[in-house]
Amino acid sequence: MLFSYIARRILLMIPTLLITSALIFTVMELPPGDFFETYQAEMQAQGERADMSRVEFLKKEYHFDKPPWQRYFYWLWDFVRGDFGYSFEYQLPVRDVIGDRLLLTVVLSFLTIIFTWAIAFPIGIYSATHQYSWGDYGLTLFGLLGIAIPHFLLALIVMYFANIWFGLSIGGLMAPEYLNQPMSWEKMGSILKHIWLPVVLIGVTGTAGMIRAVRANLLDELEKQYVTTARAKGMPPGRALMKYPFRMSLNFFVSDIGSILPAVISGAEIVAIVLSLPTTGPLLIRALQAQDMYLAGSFLMFLAILTVIGVLISDLALAILDPRVRLQGGASK
Amino acid sequence: MAEANVENLLEIQDLSISFRMLEASNEVVKGVSLRIPPGKTVALVGESGSGKSVISQAIMGLLPRNGAITGGRITFRDPRDPALPIEIASFDRNGPEMQKLRGGRIGMIFQEPMSSLSPVHRIGDQIGEALQLHKPVPKAEVRQAVIGMLGKVGFREPERAIDQYSFELSGGLRQRAMLAMALICRPALLIADEPTTALDVTVQAQVLKLMKDLQQDLGMAILMITHDLGVVANMADEVVVIYHGEVMESGPASDIFRRPRHPYLKALLKALPHFDMKEGERLVPLRAIKAGPITPAEPKPAAPAHQSDAPLLDVRRLSKTYQLRFGSWFSGSGGRALKAVDDVSFTIGRGECLGLVGESGCGKTTVSKVIMRAITATAGSVTFRKDGEEIDVLALSGKALRDFRPRMQMVFQDPASSLSPRMTVRDILREPLDIHDVGTGADRDRRLSELMQAVGLDPRFMSRYPHSFSGGQRQRIGIARALALSPDLLVCDEPVSALDVSVQAQVLNLLKDLARELGLTYLFISHNLAVVNYMADRIAVMANGRIVEIAPRHLLFTRPVHAYTKALLKAVPYADLDRPLDFDSLSLKGASDMSQWPKAFQAHGAGDALQAIDLGQGHQVLAHRDADMKELMA
Repeated sequence: MLFSYIARRILLMIPTLLITSALIFTVMELPPGDFFETYQAEMQAQGERADMSRVEFLKKEYHFDKPPWQRYFYWLWDFVRGDFGYSFEYQLPVRDVIGDRLLLTVVLSFLTIIFTWAIAFPIGIYSATHQYSWGDYGLTLFGLLGIAIPHFLLALIVMYFANIWFGLSIGGLMAPEYLNQPMSWEKMGSILKHIWLPVVLIGVTGTAGMIRAVRANLLDELEKQYVTTARAKGMPPGRALMKYPFRMSLNFFVSDIGSILPAVISGAEIVAIVLSLPTTGPLLIRALQAQDMYLAGSFLMFLAILTVIGVLISDLALAILDPRVRLQGGASK
Repeated sequence: MAEANVENLLEIQDLSISFRMLEASNEVVKGVSLRIPPGKTVALVGESGSGKSVISQAIMGLLPRNGAITGGRITFRDPRDPALPIEIASFDRNGPEMQKLRGGRIGMIFQEPMSSLSPVHRIGDQIGEALQLHKPVPKAEVRQAVIGMLGKVGFREPERAIDQYSFELSGGLRQRAMLAMALICRPALLIADEPTTALDVTVQAQVLKLMKDLQQDLGMAILMITHDLGVVANMADEVVVIYHGEVMESGPASDIFRRPRHPYLKALLKALPHFDMKEGERLVPLRAIKAGPITPAEPKPAAPAHQSDAPLLDVRRLSKTYQLRFGSWFSGSGGRALKAVDDVSFTIGRGECLGLVGESGCGKTTVSKVIMRAITATAGSVTFRKDGEEIDVLALSGKALRDFRPRMQMVFQDPASSLSPRMTVRDILREPLDIHDVGTGADRDRRLSELMQAVGLDPRFMSRYPHSFSGGQRQRIGIARALALSPDLLVCDEPVSALDVSVQAQVLNLLKDLARELGLTYLFISHNLAVVNYMADRIAVMANGRIVEIAPRHLLFTRPVHAYTKALLKAVPYADLDRPLDFDSLSLKGASDMSQWPKAFQAHGAGDALQAIDLGQGHQVLAHRDADMKELMA
């Protein structure tokens, strides 16, 4: 049963991604001109002459002489085979440009989500069970501040004071000597030493919002009759809280996983620029500015794929967590 | 009296409970004393807000956070350890002593069996947990104990039920599961807070019987909290009547029912509709309302006589089928059709009140929604006659439908959720007039105050919001809204089942008076046979989406023919000690299970052999085509 459901869902992902890819391609085609025109314009502005023969070669190689719809299919087919195209800006295959950065982005995002949950759940539970206490008010204030301050601003402030007070430069995800080095244990250790700060900075807003959500959801559940039933059974309040209302309030977060992934990734981009993190964020923004279409397109496709996978994970987790989703059929009117 | 008897299981002396509201403190229980002898059933009777549930919460240590015991004692004498009386009121609510008592020695079940069980945990897990909390039992034995307990409370396949979820069970089975949970530790006292109020009358009888049997089995005492005097008469050894946090009267059930002394109790008994009411006898509400006159929007036709021969509403062969996606969420789109309404025909004459009764899920509400054009029928026709003109209700659309809507209006069950909390009463009442653009602004304002007076409310309250009205007042606002457009037909879907007994009488009398004054026609849907008996001229009984019997009121109650009607009537608890429920003749399977009916009423063989058989005097019963008339009447 479960297997055939997963299979169906994966099959359903194919048309979803096809439509997304068409949309991405269309958006990238929309601005007038292409990378080569931007490139020539930039060269001329700097008083240099563009290497026309090279431009011509690339145009031919990447089918820019063909109509857009044909180019779309070339792009799609190459993407499926694992060839993500060529970054004109970096003059490297897209795969090499992205490579490590994509991995680091995933690690950073993953850690951020874990951080968000680890902080938000205990605080949210405390706030809900101590509603209208001083602790609740204090944490609420902290939460609202977290929501109100944009995280790139927070990043700037932290960098500034770290430099002024401790003379530290806290940008980057690893010590400079490991940049562009192959992955090793030492590099890994260096990354772990650096990664906590961006995790905290990127996670703050999400954490604050999450605290509010945990509190609201749990407060709703605490009112329910089955909580009274559990207490009437003689269950200690703490255990009753975790087993019944908390478990029920999880539904909301599980169904939210699908939207967390893209939110974290796109939210992290500006922070990544401020802290000059070697993740995908700055690269994507640069690629979009320069109309480096294969690079930008690949990024957007990866985002789309992550989102679709996230939604699938959240749906499956919800079905496992809540028997009502699993066992109850809907009726059509 | 209470002090003299040292053997009482539970004694409450002079108990006071207050709730903190903002700065003020509100005393809701004022010096209540009562006792529960071991092995007996004590009923705590009162209206909502009388403090009866608060007392039970205090016994269990489950008072809300802003509530506190401000005086008095609750003494529990555990039969296992009778020498050591326990002072419950002195315990910390969340302390270990209280936790040992809760669930271990005192069990509790609640009104809403659906929301009382967690929907994401298996039944067996929730029941077994109660046992594990109080006794160190190995896992395997817990499972055995739970299966045994489920069997005891009447699950037919306890091995299967133990792994089911609450939403897979019917309301009656859920309440049985709750009973299993409350009783698995063999408590000395069971507190049942309105345990059968949310259940159908036949299921209610089953659950009551079960509680009685288990009480004998386990030798426990029951504190039964209810507003239903019929249930009290059938269950209680002793009765305590409570009103506004004070005990009005208490004593053995025989004294209370045969010689009620306190005026409150006498009034309560008079406000209750019952089956022995004489033709034209009126209920006496506890607080009568003064309703003003209301003018029909259009003058009554001069000669209504010629219309009375043709019915106002004619429902023919109505069917509504739902497509269900059944079973598992993962199993693809295989579906099954569910016939919610199956070949239903009836008529309602002008000025008549047709009662529609049946258990939940029988399709009665679906019928009303189809007639109101809230959902679309699969087949059948609904004809409405107005001024000699025949209107095909189901074929109306667009402007014609809009123009027709004022003819039929609806009164809903839940007065709390059927009025928007964000609109003032004026806006609520005015909305139908605005939508249909009736009269000028001044006309509408005049109509509004007339409507308020017609339902016995002061027009000055119109600028208030619904939450500042009581349940009964809100229901009257709902009725006023339905009357705003001067409809011919009012569909009342369980209009009093969410109301207290005392308020019920008010609303029922109001509906009766309005019908007489305005010449209204009612389709009155209810699961409460006594209420339908009070209101209706003719009654239709529905089961499994079909009308199984339809007859004038007195015929249906005196000479019921269909097995289902008989079962329904038999399950009604009377507030009369001389007419106890016949618990032994109850079938466990539920009254609407067709296989329990005699052959003549069953649809067997190929095709649909059931048809309405006319027994004369407007009495029809759904039976097998070749059924013998004499056999049916037997």
